[in-house]
Amino acid sequence: MFDTLQDRLAATFKNLRGKGRLSDADIDATAREIRIALLEADVALPVVKEFVTRVKERARGAEVSAALNPAQHVIKIVNDELVAILGGETRRLRFAKKAPTVIILAGLQGSGKTTLAGKLGRWLREQGNSPLLVAADLQRPNAVTQLQVVGAQAGVKVFAPQPGNGVGDPVVVARDSIDEARRTLHDVVVIDTAGRLGIDAELMQQAADIRDAVRPDEILFVVDAMIGQDAVTTAQAFLDGVGFSGVVLSKLDGDARGGAALSVAQITGRQVMFASNGEQLTDFDVFHPDRMASRILGMGDMLTLIEQAEKAFDAEETARAAAKLQGGGGDFTLDDFLQQMQAVRKMGSLSKIFGMLPGMAQVKDQIADIDERDIDRIQAVILSMTPAERANPKMIDGSRRSRIARGSGTSISDVNGLVDRFFEARKMMAQLANGGGIPGMPGLPGLGKRAKTRQQPKKGKGKRTSGNPARRAAEEKAAAMPRDSQPAAVSPFGDPKGAPDGIDSEASSDFALPKELRDLL
Amino acid sequence: MPADLLLYLVIAVMVLIIGGGVFLGLVRARTARPLPPLPVEERPSRVEVPESAQGRLARLRSRLARSDSPMGRGILAILARDRLDEGSWEDIEDVLLGADVGVGPTRELVAHLRSRMRVEGAATPERVRDVLREELVRVLAPDMDRTLAVDGRDDLPGVVLVVGVNGTGKTTTVGRLARVLIADDKTVLLGAADTFRAAAVDQLQTWGQRVGVETVRGPEGGDPASVAFDAVQRGTARGVDTVLVDTAGRLHTKTGLMDELGKVKRVIEKQAPVTEVLLVIDATTGQNGLTQARVFAEVVDVTGIVLTKLDGTAKGGIVIAVQRELGVPVKLVGIGEGADDLAPFDPETFVAALLDAA
Repeated sequence: MFDTLQDRLAATFKNLRGKGRLSDADIDATAREIRIALLEADVALPVVKEFVTRVKERARGAEVSAALNPAQHVIKIVNDELVAILGGETRRLRFAKKAPTVIILAGLQGSGKTTLAGKLGRWLREQGNSPLLVAADLQRPNAVTQLQVVGAQAGVKVFAPQPGNGVGDPVVVARDSIDEARRTLHDVVVIDTAGRLGIDAELMQQAADIRDAVRPDEILFVVDAMIGQDAVTTAQAFLDGVGFSGVVLSKLDGDARGGAALSVAQITGRQVMFASNGEQLTDFDVFHPDRMASRILGMGDMLTLIEQAEKAFDAEETARAAAKLQGGGGDFTLDDFLQQMQAVRKMGSLSKIFGMLPGMAQVKDQIADIDERDIDRIQAVILSMTPAERANPKMIDGSRRSRIARGSGTSISDVNGLVDRFFEARKMMAQLANGGGIPGMPGLPGLGKRAKTRQQPKKGKGKRTSGNPARRAAEEKAAAMPRDSQPAAVSPFGDPKGAPDGIDSEASSDFALPKELRDLL
Repeated sequence: MPADLLLYLVIAVMVLIIGGGVFLGLVRARTARPLPPLPVEERPSRVEVPESAQGRLARLRSRLARSDSPMGRGILAILARDRLDEGSWEDIEDVLLGADVGVGPTRELVAHLRSRMRVEGAATPERVRDVLREELVRVLAPDMDRTLAVDGRDDLPGVVLVVGVNGTGKTTTVGRLARVLIADDKTVLLGAADTFRAAAVDQLQTWGQRVGVETVRGPEGGDPASVAFDAVQRGTARGVDTVLVDTAGRLHTKTGLMDELGKVKRVIEKQAPVTEVLLVIDATTGQNGLTQARVFAEVVDVTGIVLTKLDGTAKGGIVIAVQRELGVPVKLVGIGEGADDLAPFDPETFVAALLDAA
């Protein structure tokens, strides 16, 4: 489940650390792992082959830098290549010189065209356009009704002269819609077509007829992020059948790795322009190639995690908790802790969350062992305290402890452990919240660099802070493990000399880091 | 000390969140699912008599044989060579991978094939093909029970719950299944528990009207569990044979929605036991299909799989992976655009058609 490329490569390179240059045998072993990783991410086979060949060439020529170990180095190459294919140059929608601009949505059944029409309509409206949605899916029962409802939700007018359910000619509807748009002064026309298979010659011809009837400025190919090897065949069929100028990746809110994005971009040379990642009409965004690259490689996606967190957490609560922490930490009570913990749970299963943190893949076995009920136990302990105890855990003495233990069905040592660690954690969090380093933990090499590579314009600050605990946790985990099983603990793209922020070489007695790990840093 | 680690991890995530929330200031509250306006539209419709289940299988066979199966063709091309070298095995592997079989099952399959061929000595292409067919069928476990449990016990109707991620064809499958059952002279009631997607209820109702089957519907945006409950209740009162319950598509990653699904099933079971839970998987789905199946099986105890859109270029190698992983048999396949394009899944036919193609 968490078999990421990083993992695999780390295992491959276990015995290679310190070699100055990769041998051909090393590169072949690497190539195999990359191949499997990509295949498991649903990247199409021909694309995988081409990609691996290219990575091999680059890896062969490159001198392994002193800063990166071989695994990191290869991953860097892979990542660069991925971003290059996925990213290219991001393109904006092409608008017609003379209104209306015509956009056709095409794709397989169930890829999400109708829903996307609504999202696109809403998005266009927010951009100051006046879109008109056209119901040209007359195939599927009540697709027209669906578009009407979606249009109403998006506050966008829907042109649906035909009832659908097999009645009416979509080509005529599409043609009429242009006149309708001119007449009613809509400047963008979004045509929702019926889902069709690439091999269905008749329906493909119909799509081509629609295209010829309206001469669109953009044809967007909507593809499900969950699609497998068939992505290539389908994309090619649509490219040959109707042609498309851009790709929209839908259902990105699932946990599919979305290798299709790479396949389609590579095979057709068309860029992924939009990503649709949720059921709400607002869940629609321009596509981020760098995030997608990490996702395909299964390397954790901090930004996605943060976004999920934003959905699960109450903004005010979080701000209050943070303020308490910044005020020295003393005000942060077990109640706050409980609240935050519950919010974390809302984001989904813990193993999934941790799986999304970069570096966590190395400890996947432990993650798999996490018992969700441990959280329940912690909750039970906290809930067995009186409000006064929760507000001021310092008052918990021996007899209170035994009472709490009995009340929560745990043992006294459990209660002890929780309270002790709470104090410890509070101290650390307070320091973190104030922007300081973590006592006892070595610095976080590579973090600054990572922050930069992942930077999105509107989310500039804070990534460093949010990255810290993840890295820290990873290292904590790593510290608990024998050395050989925690390879490449350093950030995957990190250049240690690039960002030695917050390094605190003093190891406090709380954390007995293995010597090797300290040397490593 | 797993509990220790756990606690630290939770704290780590919390700090992350707090840090993220404070510095980004981009906190968005997740809004409740909106209640779309309720379109009420009744359309007169004549009652159609669907094609009987007889002959569907033959159609699947011909359709699969007709379709330009990349899997079948690829293997044939390889096996048409004079002798098998290392490259041939790799090609076979590639063909299986290309059909979404997945890395694990592919390796297992090819390894089996190789060791069998080694034991047998002289490997002629025909022999390899036969053995490959056997291996493919073996992986699909042909002895599994693939009948649909559509009959209830003690006067209670059989309840079939249809689940899956968005856009796999749940509503269409329910509609087609209703036709199959009607063709077999059963009485059917539809429960439109997809109260979320715009017009999904209407879509199902249209299906129902075509064969003269009543659809129980609730308000759009309402509680799907209550609609399902009502449907089964009405079905029991009416004494129908089977109640088919359509649910909203949901990504398996949405914990809240998965809980909702669990509730739908629990609530139905206050009325009558759910006899069949069908997970609908799209044949184009890649390796994520496994994860989907795993999560859905956890929440509602899936008893059968419906593989839809098998008429495209995707060859549904995911069947192999899912069945191997879950042990839940594929029971039905959707093979076309027509109203009657739903057929029982038969591994032998499936594999034979795949390999005999071209």
